[in-house]
Amino acid sequence: MAQKNPKDLILDIKDLVIHYETDDGTVEAVNGIDIQLEYGKTLGLVGETGSGKTTTALSVLRLVPDPPGVIKNGSIFLDGKDIMNLPQKELEAVRGHLASMIFQDPMTSLNPVFTVGDQISEVIALHENCSKAEADQKAGDMLEVVGIPRERFGEYPHQFSGGMKQRVVIAMALACNPKLLLADEPTTALDVTIQAQVLETMKGLREKYGSAMIMITHDLGIIAEVCDEVSVVYAGQIVEHGTLVDVFNHTRHPYTEGLFGSLPNIEIKRNRLSPIPGLMPDPTDLPKGCCFAPRCKYATPECEKARPGKKWLSDTHYVRCSRYDEPNFKIEREDQ
Amino acid sequence: MAKTILEVKNLKKYFHTPKGMLHAVDDVNFTIEEGKTLGVVGESGCGKSTTGRAILRLHEPTSGEVIFNGENILTKNKDEMRLLRRQMQLIFQDPYASLDPRNTVSEIIGEPLKLQKIIPDKAKRLEKVYELMETVGLAERLVNTYPHELDGGRRQRIGIARALAMEPKFIVCDEPVSALDVSIQAQILNLMQDLQEQMGLTYMFITHDLSVVHHFADDIAVMYLGQLIEKAPSGMLFDKPTHPYTQALLSAIPVPSLNKKRERILLKGEITSPINPKPGCRFAARCPYATDRCRSEEPKLKEIEPNHFVACHLCD
Repeated sequence: MAQKNPKDLILDIKDLVIHYETDDGTVEAVNGIDIQLEYGKTLGLVGETGSGKTTTALSVLRLVPDPPGVIKNGSIFLDGKDIMNLPQKELEAVRGHLASMIFQDPMTSLNPVFTVGDQISEVIALHENCSKAEADQKAGDMLEVVGIPRERFGEYPHQFSGGMKQRVVIAMALACNPKLLLADEPTTALDVTIQAQVLETMKGLREKYGSAMIMITHDLGIIAEVCDEVSVVYAGQIVEHGTLVDVFNHTRHPYTEGLFGSLPNIEIKRNRLSPIPGLMPDPTDLPKGCCFAPRCKYATPECEKARPGKKWLSDTHYVRCSRYDEPNFKIEREDQ
Repeated sequence: MAKTILEVKNLKKYFHTPKGMLHAVDDVNFTIEEGKTLGVVGESGCGKSTTGRAILRLHEPTSGEVIFNGENILTKNKDEMRLLRRQMQLIFQDPYASLDPRNTVSEIIGEPLKLQKIIPDKAKRLEKVYELMETVGLAERLVNTYPHELDGGRRQRIGIARALAMEPKFIVCDEPVSALDVSIQAQILNLMQDLQEQMGLTYMFITHDLSVVHHFADDIAVMYLGQLIEKAPSGMLFDKPTHPYTQALLSAIPVPSLNKKRERILLKGEITSPINPKPGCRFAARCPYATDRCRSEEPKLKEIEPNHFVACHLCD
């Protein structure tokens, strides 16, 4: 089992549990997530709607809406700072400075009544203790970095296309040179050719500034392109984690296998897809045992009894599946 | 050779806007054979949805012909059109917005049967509704639920059942799986494939997701700014993309596999405005190979090899 040196970690999350306590019941959104991310690396969080990816990312900046969100358990250390016990004032200094977030929908994450330039320079003025003129100057530089001419500083969000707006959001997120970037489906709302441009821009900027990144997406194709490591999330738990090669070429968890089977792949033409049967479990009423067991074709009655723990397969690769207690257990997907 | 069920000739749909004439669909030609799937791909604003709607006359085309089973449907009057709609149906993108929130599942699926007076009797209609629900894999117990109680995948199944109620021959599917999670998306795609085999349906499958069309469609048409720029059988298009835009589009797809690294063609700029387009090739401004001829003369769609049509001067 691999323990990374805490000194190398920009982000160290241990056993995070977050519930949303609503009148209709308790939504168990995150159920024991661990993340250890080294400086400069990119981790992909992949999973379907409602798997708890976004809640996890929000918790890093303590942005989980409370109420109804309650962090029940766990610790979060960001660049050595104990986020869970940080006073409000210091949290504000962290947000946008040490770590910043790129949201999915650029149409709603920009303020329509301020110019894009002012929105970027606001971040800089808040965190960098400089004059308005200096902040404006730097905001203009940031626009150029993401490929928008400086002359558009004074325009409003509605004057930009979707791809351009997302570039503005990226410029804002990178304005203070954060050590960690939390990107929540940053290209989902964009067309493929624009997506390619934006991913390329993000890649170039990350290389330039050396930021670490958590990339949240449901698209395994994007993971393959930008990440170093990947965690597959299902019902608020990481069911498989490893390097790209571990997860893509030596897939072990039945859910990961199911995700690959559901995807139409332009490299391999298949007659039919092999979807995962059934639906995600209701997060207010999760199964006692393995949450994936009701949809899993390898499940045994044993699987329904207890939540499987981490099973380390190598120094970098673990899986939560109790079938691997049997020495000869294998899923159908072959190593690539 | 299979029978042609739909032929679209010189289809145009322009919209008046305060800034000028918006060329949403500009001189589009294609045919679909019975029992086959034509995938129509392109980025937002390229006119793919408008084309689908113009074919069903949900947007009245500005000019052109839509020949369905040998008849030009654009010359039909309202009553004739109503009868024709039984054979031509639409599945919408957003299963959250396309179902009436005040109607139950059985009312939604049964509504076309009631409106078209196919099964006026309520009890018999319910029987048919149950039959349709079974066809699309909806549990019987859901018959009296409302759309908000159901997840996206089930809602999309309702949309499909409603389209099937008329026993159509031809269905325009406008991004039917784009709003769904991958595991659910695969379930719906498999269902649509089964229905096509069982009922001999013909699909026009509109999507921005190239991996989905590659999997699903027999032929693929690529649209850019209101025009059809390349059309070919699915395998051929992916093996030999010829139009520079198609090449860039295919190279931009993120592939969930590590074993093959592809050369990526990055396009500069974004799709330009379809309002009062400039003469010449509409892609010229972003095209790495554009010449003076491209900027002045509009390329026509030409057959460069059997069944492979491209609109690009480079092919001359």
